[in-house]
Amino acid sequence: MLSLPRSFIDEMIAHAREDAPNECCGIVAGEDGQAVKVFRAKNAETSPYRYSVEAKDLFRIYRECDEKRWSFLVIYHSHTASEAYPSPTDIRLAFWPEAYYALVSLERPDEPVVRAFRILDGEVSEEEVRPV
Amino acid sequence: MAIEVKLTATLQKLAGGARSVQSEGSNVREVLEDLERRHPGIQDMVMVDGQIHRFVNIYLNDEDIRFLEQLETPLREGDVLSILPALAGGKI
Repeated sequence: MLSLPRSFIDEMIAHAREDAPNECCGIVAGEDGQAVKVFRAKNAETSPYRYSVEAKDLFRIYRECDEKRWSFLVIYHSHTASEAYPSPTDIRLAFWPEAYYALVSLERPDEPVVRAFRILDGEVSEEEVRPV
Repeated sequence: MAIEVKLTATLQKLAGGARSVQSEGSNVREVLEDLERRHPGIQDMVMVDGQIHRFVNIYLNDEDIRFLEQLETPLREGDVLSILPALAGGKI
């Protein structure tokens, strides 16, 4: 189960809406498993179908987290026209097994959906997102 | 010369759980070879066909080595390398 402040969930949805129709991406930093900050990241792909955190931006976020001894608790991105479930590409490129992968779906614009998953060795398991 | 290498979880597992490890080398390639001797398996995670894996980023201090001299990027005593897997995905 992934506990996230409601404001963090709202921030991810706001980010997805602002970047639509392109996919957005970002990171929620955690400290001892508790979410502490949302980092919006720059999608180097600027695409409705792909995301890749721009390398410089990835390092900017990593450095702040490393200095504060935070981890990447959640890696999120949006699916602007499909469900909130990892695509085969998302699964193939899930190189951070320690993180939750969260997806924000804007398939139904007025009813955004946020779901979270663990992706380990190509296996996807859903984790409940609990707003706190 | 002594170089600090920062690792994320996947590589930490190969290095006994350490967030960062010490290594030796005068360029990035030598450091990766040294890491492989100390922590077998690391090189295969980072390189493919003698090049940096497309989905791995290596930073010298705060510069992506792709914009420096890649694996031949020279290092100085006290430099810090960070190895970060890419964050990427997509529908296609």
